[in-house]
Amino acid sequence: MKPEDLLIPRREGLYCPPGDFFIDPVRGVDRALITHGHADHARAGHGHVLATSETLDIMAIRYGADHAGATQAAGLGETIRIRDVTVTFHPAGHVLGSAQIAVERDGMRIVASGDYKPRPDPTCATFEPVACDVFITEATFALPVFRHPGAADEIQRLLRSVSRNPDRAHLVGVYSLGKAQRVIRLIRDAGYHRPLYIHGALQKLCDYYESQGIALGDLRPATVDAGAKGDFAGAIILGPPSAFGDKWARRFPDPLVSFASGWMQVRARARQRGVELPLVISDHADWDELAETIEAVSPGEVWVTHGREEALVRWCTMHGIAARPLHLVGYEDEGD
Amino acid sequence: MNRFADLLDMLAFTPSRNAKLSLLQDYFRTVPDPERGYALAAIARDLDIPAVKPAQLRELISSRMDAELFGYSYDYVGDLAETIALAWPEKTGTISGRNDAPGLAEVVETLQASSRREGPGLVEAWLDRLDPPGRYALLKLVTGGFRMGLSSRLIKQALAAFGKVEVNEIEELWHGLTPPYADLFSWLEGSGPKPVNAGAAPFRPVMLSHAIDARDFEKLDPADFAAEWKWDGIRVQATSERGISRLYSRTGDDISAAFPDLVDAIAFDGALDGELLVARPAGGGIETGSFSDLQQRLNRKTVTARQLRDHPAFFRAYDLLQDGAEDLRAAPFAERRLRLEAFVSGLNPERFDCSEMLAFDSWDELAARRADPPLAVIEGVMIKRKAAPYLPGRPKGEWFKWKRDPYLIDAVLMYAQRGHGKRSGFYSDYTFGVWREPGELVPVGKAYFGFTDEELLEIDKYVRNNTIERFGPVRSVRAGPDTGLVFEVAFEGINRSSRHKSGVAMRFPRINRLRWDKPPGEADRLETLERMIDGIE
Repeated sequence: MKPEDLLIPRREGLYCPPGDFFIDPVRGVDRALITHGHADHARAGHGHVLATSETLDIMAIRYGADHAGATQAAGLGETIRIRDVTVTFHPAGHVLGSAQIAVERDGMRIVASGDYKPRPDPTCATFEPVACDVFITEATFALPVFRHPGAADEIQRLLRSVSRNPDRAHLVGVYSLGKAQRVIRLIRDAGYHRPLYIHGALQKLCDYYESQGIALGDLRPATVDAGAKGDFAGAIILGPPSAFGDKWARRFPDPLVSFASGWMQVRARARQRGVELPLVISDHADWDELAETIEAVSPGEVWVTHGREEALVRWCTMHGIAARPLHLVGYEDEGD
Repeated sequence: MNRFADLLDMLAFTPSRNAKLSLLQDYFRTVPDPERGYALAAIARDLDIPAVKPAQLRELISSRMDAELFGYSYDYVGDLAETIALAWPEKTGTISGRNDAPGLAEVVETLQASSRREGPGLVEAWLDRLDPPGRYALLKLVTGGFRMGLSSRLIKQALAAFGKVEVNEIEELWHGLTPPYADLFSWLEGSGPKPVNAGAAPFRPVMLSHAIDARDFEKLDPADFAAEWKWDGIRVQATSERGISRLYSRTGDDISAAFPDLVDAIAFDGALDGELLVARPAGGGIETGSFSDLQQRLNRKTVTARQLRDHPAFFRAYDLLQDGAEDLRAAPFAERRLRLEAFVSGLNPERFDCSEMLAFDSWDELAARRADPPLAVIEGVMIKRKAAPYLPGRPKGEWFKWKRDPYLIDAVLMYAQRGHGKRSGFYSDYTFGVWREPGELVPVGKAYFGFTDEELLEIDKYVRNNTIERFGPVRSVRAGPDTGLVFEVAFEGINRSSRHKSGVAMRFPRINRLRWDKPPGEADRLETLERMIDGIE
């Protein structure tokens, strides 16, 4: 069989005709397989959802327990039969619960990797390359300029700034699922054990990570009840970046705005957002990691989706690997 | 290189002036000679090294990576040095942690000892030994591409604060110093003597005035003061000594290169304080151009023959600081003024004249003259104590500026941008517009001060409740004939500008008053601003 008979792009998302299911559909479908809990991949309103138990928990936290008609948890490495195909979930290293989904029939295996990063992350299982005929890769940071520095070094830059500016509150922009908990864990691993203050939007997911055995230390709500304005001097406060332009930010003394994202690699991006301390911390593979992953997986063919497809396709062509862009709509490349 | 790279990064991302001052002081404190001196020279644009051209950098990168991939990257990043710094493929494959990375001093000293032809080869070898921030700093250094919004004044203030000396002491010395400034730093750290300015035609720190307050007049006797027009040009100092002539800005930057027509006409030994204007002889007198004429000559590294012809530079003298070997700064103003008149009478009248003194017996009489200046390029009057010596800085009670009333217009708030630091969480920077056609507002300026903290809260609330669209940190605000917020905007001057959509640019605009009472439809029209410009021209 041809790979296109096993998975094809449709408006709703990537569709498997012999299994009659979608992977990460952007609108409600009868049967959905979900790679991870970020909102552009995991939406409410499907008839039946198959995902890792963590991803199902995260969807329930975000959308309520009744977000889907029925749910089924997929164990990592467990082979699950859906009609005429088998599917297997493998760790993707992106956020807690994130998985690549291998779809197989008649000896043809396609791996839809979702979003992934190969480097170790203390808050989720590490990415595993899975041999396959077709590897579907993301391309969020698929340009040679994106080479993420070590996250621990970036955290050191944050901590140095905190000690240099003891009168200012450091507001660190983090997306609420994954980035927030990883940054907190990295701050703790760097030996910083003072209380960290978090925006209300982070609370439930931080609680959930804790319940899954990921210790985040002393987290307190960044509310004025927690103290007068001066009490936040020298403190680290984490919140979604959108909150920083909001009235919420006024409670802090002389805020220093930081943002932990792979996009912070590009100066103009940081300046546009008014970021004073850009931290290049990403939950996606960088350019070198995309290339290394493709080499490690060594697929017969690469399909490239969401991001800078043309550059990664070019790289594959230069290295004698068949590749083509897969035009899927609805995934935000900003979400890092 | 990495300490320097860190400094550049932090300076680039820090909006606050005080934070920049403290970053620079920290750097001077913690980084040894000669590196700190070369960094200082680089950010003060005082470093003379053979430059590497952008085309040579493109050649370097194309020998290392696929042109198509580089093209995608450059399109995305938009800055050549930054793209190369990020995408440079190291031969060894490791990105950071190399311990043989060249330091700033090594880079600068090697380049200074090399020819222009050797530049690209050296840069290539260094790029291999540096990490991305180091590569970025290197590339900006060799292309001379620093644009960090750091004024030379701010750099000198940082040095002054670092050494706990007065900033005018730094300004006075600055042009006699050369990188890496070891003598300057040893003096500032208290381990060496104050450097002697051995350079010819040094800068003499400028005396500045205070804005006069209505209540000041009661305390001041008109008989003790002299007055002259305040010209709307730029304050400069022309000095010449031992055949070397220089033109300095009021902060001590040497701007001679941009005004060769004026500098060539300096045929004296001494130092004059005055106003740089565009003016030419006409009908037996001098015809003085507007500030926008002068703008044709400002902020240019080189000047064309056409600019020299159409906008000749002219020096209107206010004061004489040095006459040959004689330092006049301790003498009273009245005496210096007599010496000035005699001094200027011997200079080329096509390039130099003396600022006219205004006779007056009472403050009311002076007020009347201020209210009716003969030219639009006059922006008020200066009041100077006859007995005052020439003191550097802004001494109290000696010189006063009494500016004409600002121009006022009513404009409509169109966009608001979030502030930084203490203004985080507030929409505090405003773009305002006037009517071009009924129903069509065109932005004419931006202002971010002039209002009180309470007013900021009110405007912020208005912005949030009337947002139409958001673009990153900017909100577009509802603005139509019947709904919208009117600002009374005050500004010091206005001129035509091809860079602005409206074709006009204001100088020093600020919010004078909030006009909650005024329907936006009654705000000013673009024609009104254009008529103001016609009046000035």
